Amino acid sequence: MAREIEAAEAEAGGRPGTDRAGRRSPGFPYPDPPQAPDYELCVHCGLCLDVCPTYLERGEELHSPRGRVFLIRQAAEGRLPLDAGLYEAVFQCLDCRACETACPSGVPVGRLIEAARGQVVRAMPSRGFRRFVEATLLRGLIPHPRRLDRAAALLRLYQRSGLARAARALRLTKLLPPPLRKLERALPAVRRSVRRRYPEALPALRPSAAARAEAAVAAAPRSGSEARPPVSLAAAASAPAAPPAFRPEFKRPKRVGVFTGCVMDVWYADVNEATVRVLRENGYDVVIPKDQRCCGALHVHAGDRETGKALARANLEAFLSRDVDAIVVNAAGCGAALKEYGHLLAEDPERERAEAFAEKVYDVSEFLVRFGFRPPTGRVEATVTYHEACHLAHAQGIREAPRALLRSIPGLRLVEMPEADHCCGSAGIYNLTHPEMAEALLRRKVANVPAEAEAVAMGNPGCMLQIASGLLEAGRRTEVVHTVALLDRAYRAETHGKEEAP
Amino acid sequence: MIESRVAADAWRREGAALPGPEEDFPPPLPRAVAAAIRSIVGERFFLEDPASLLAYACDGQTLICRPPRAVVLPATTEEVAAVVRLLYDAGIPYLPRGAGTGLSGGAVPLNGEVVLSLARMKRILHVDPVNRLAVVQPGVVNLRLSQAVASEGLYFAPDPSSQYACTVGGNVGENAGGAHCLKYGVTTNHVLALRVVLPDGEVVDLGGPPGTPGPDLVGLWTGSEGTLGIVTELTVRLLPLPEGRRTALAYFDTVDAASRTVADIMAAGIVPAALEMMDAVAIEGVERGKKPAGHPPDVEALLLIEVDGVEAGLDAEMERIVAVCRKNGVRSVKVAESEAERRLWWDNRKTAFAAMGAISPNYLVQDGVIPLSTLPDVLRRIRAIGEKYGLRIANVFHAGDGNLHPLILYDGRVPGEAERAEAAGLEALRVCVEVGGSITGEHGVGIEKREAMCFMFDPPELEAMRAVRAAFDPKGLLNAAKLIPTPGRCGEVKAAAWEG
Repeated sequence: MAREIEAAEAEAGGRPGTDRAGRRSPGFPYPDPPQAPDYELCVHCGLCLDVCPTYLERGEELHSPRGRVFLIRQAAEGRLPLDAGLYEAVFQCLDCRACETACPSGVPVGRLIEAARGQVVRAMPSRGFRRFVEATLLRGLIPHPRRLDRAAALLRLYQRSGLARAARALRLTKLLPPPLRKLERALPAVRRSVRRRYPEALPALRPSAAARAEAAVAAAPRSGSEARPPVSLAAAASAPAAPPAFRPEFKRPKRVGVFTGCVMDVWYADVNEATVRVLRENGYDVVIPKDQRCCGALHVHAGDRETGKALARANLEAFLSRDVDAIVVNAAGCGAALKEYGHLLAEDPERERAEAFAEKVYDVSEFLVRFGFRPPTGRVEATVTYHEACHLAHAQGIREAPRALLRSIPGLRLVEMPEADHCCGSAGIYNLTHPEMAEALLRRKVANVPAEAEAVAMGNPGCMLQIASGLLEAGRRTEVVHTVALLDRAYRAETHGKEEAP
Repeated sequence: MIESRVAADAWRREGAALPGPEEDFPPPLPRAVAAAIRSIVGERFFLEDPASLLAYACDGQTLICRPPRAVVLPATTEEVAAVVRLLYDAGIPYLPRGAGTGLSGGAVPLNGEVVLSLARMKRILHVDPVNRLAVVQPGVVNLRLSQAVASEGLYFAPDPSSQYACTVGGNVGENAGGAHCLKYGVTTNHVLALRVVLPDGEVVDLGGPPGTPGPDLVGLWTGSEGTLGIVTELTVRLLPLPEGRRTALAYFDTVDAASRTVADIMAAGIVPAALEMMDAVAIEGVERGKKPAGHPPDVEALLLIEVDGVEAGLDAEMERIVAVCRKNGVRSVKVAESEAERRLWWDNRKTAFAAMGAISPNYLVQDGVIPLSTLPDVLRRIRAIGEKYGLRIANVFHAGDGNLHPLILYDGRVPGEAERAEAAGLEALRVCVEVGGSITGEHGVGIEKREAMCFMFDPPELEAMRAVRAAFDPKGLLNAAKLIPTPGRCGEVKAAAWEG
């Protein structure tokens, strides 16, 4: 990996202190700095303040999106050194992108923060626990598929052999740093990785609903107008049973690559299993490239852009060489990162491939609603609330699709929670590096989960682990579940012919 | 004062009025004062590191920015009072700040003031649905107050476009208006009582139930732009949510036709809840911004018209409005068919200022008021001003009450353009005053329009204002650089800009 990174750095080169438009940013001496056209979009209106989780907790301008963007600009123009002040400002940020939803000028705050982190971590390398987390998790473990598999196996052994119970009984878990201790308790039973266990290609189980609908349309007599309405989320949400209509130029994917992710595949392999089943159930051939790697989101968030880029290049190759029509991902954080490969590799020779790759990426809920899915007939009798993962709602703008999937499930009652799109505090490794803020946000999130909800659905593994640990801590028995896993349950209830409790 | 203008010019010319890390920051507070403040509010709520100070250098106005000496985030009236007393005794200037969304620079520490941020004081203390009032802390966000009382069928009427973020305390400071103030009045009509920390740290309660005898001190405070004292608790009036609403969107081929329609609607005796106008440049901006509403690209003006109240009669009222639009040659007019459609139109309108960032690197918002009858004439004159200075001017404004918002678009990187924009803005305000209007409708005077005060008031009138301020703040420590021009300045301003 280290070699790949060095080679990449040498190749990409970059022009220190210069942005892509060739303008000087004297304060940022390293390649790939925050872009002036991005931060100059900010007019300092402040409409982002009241949606920013860290500003709401602390009330400090320094911890608001507007404040951060302003400081990035000051640093770029050489009025603020790359020191602890800027470090604190850009690393307190959860990178939740709620501000991007609120911003009327379209300032890409997430992109600016990530690029600024890339500058400050080079000027002042991390220390202490953060450094430990970054060295072990981000660089030592996650980029290496085989090590990750071995770690998962160890974790499974730990859980299955009774060691976990023993460790807890002997209070050995007290030796863990507090944030890890809480997450350890919330860890689900680790299953075996889908990426390793499943064959690379899995055919569709039946023709897709869309294909059947198209066949029906083709068979029907032509009526007047040729134009058909495009697929719309609203239409799908209001009438999920209706066959979606297609524009002629709209290519319906057939061969779908599944991005398994690292956290998802280690801790929530069952969600990957559900995703594969749901896709095959809906008529898609599934491909799981064995050589896919971590998406690199955690690295880019931590300012380690070069590792992020190396991982991105590996994924370009893994998926584009398989000639898939679409790349489906069930982890919001990974999905957002994959969709942003074009930006990440903007100064890279691979830019065009990265853009082609990014265009194929869909969150699983987005994919199903957009290209059509068969509404299940199996019932899931449960009251469910929905938590909007930041990287789904804010970074990818996907809000209605997951709800449409949930509403399509017979027997399921969807109740909305207040502040559904407010960050839960997980934010990649944020809950490890900023436990105090993460705790405050988690308490707020758990308090917002309605009492009547038997389950809380969401589309991101980090949120799942975080919210599960918060509910456990609060002594609540609400189940944490991935949206697509509920859909899978409903499909399976059809064949079992009986209702399933969540 | 003049120094500040020089600094502002430098910032514009070189983008460098903000100090570097080593230079030009105001001196740190004396150590004893800093320690005493820390012991009052707690270590983490006293900020003096360079990054934090820089973050408080601007508010919603960015032409003139200066970092404060320190930032304090008190949590209670007692903490505010204790900090203020300390600063008063030490003779150290200070000023209050809410969300920092103000557009006239009212929260900019021009003299390196200590900033007292009220952002942590955001509790709704009491809601009385029967008497329709709420007691709140100043840091409560405007929209959150309305959301919190919606379950009681109530809302807080002032609705500035920044209501997603601005605070109720700031609304009082600026006497904020908003789209629906045409029918419901501005902030001053909705404040019943205030708890105030006076410039020497004394805590007083002003106002009370409607009809409280004595001079209207609450009225004096509302719109005083944080120069008389720091509001730490407010009792505000809540209104019942209207039973029904109708919202229409009308497109016009000429600005004149749209302005005539506005005048005709008002002359017909209709009182819309809101009557908003955008011209072609503004429409281009909002359609390129984050909340496009699908306005056609070739219309010259649009009106967003809303009526609300008792359900019965709303349709008839809207029909009359549509008829007035037709009479004036409207291209098309549409009544919102769903709440989602209405929401889209309003989101599009309310984010209009910031959306100008999408079509121009910089812009300057002006805020003037004119008699309604002069609207077509004034809009023509503003267009001529734009042509004269070679700058595009977008108009987004509360047409119904004649509250104009010309947005002067410029590129701060082009030498001289910021100055031309400022001159164009000042000339637009001059037109407002000439036709019998005012230099501000709702954004306040702050730093930005302090000199335009000279257009509206004679020296004796300004002297009276200074005397009122001095009665409360004899040491001149509280946000002293704002609102009222210093004596003698008006002579220079008039010589340079008015007669010149």
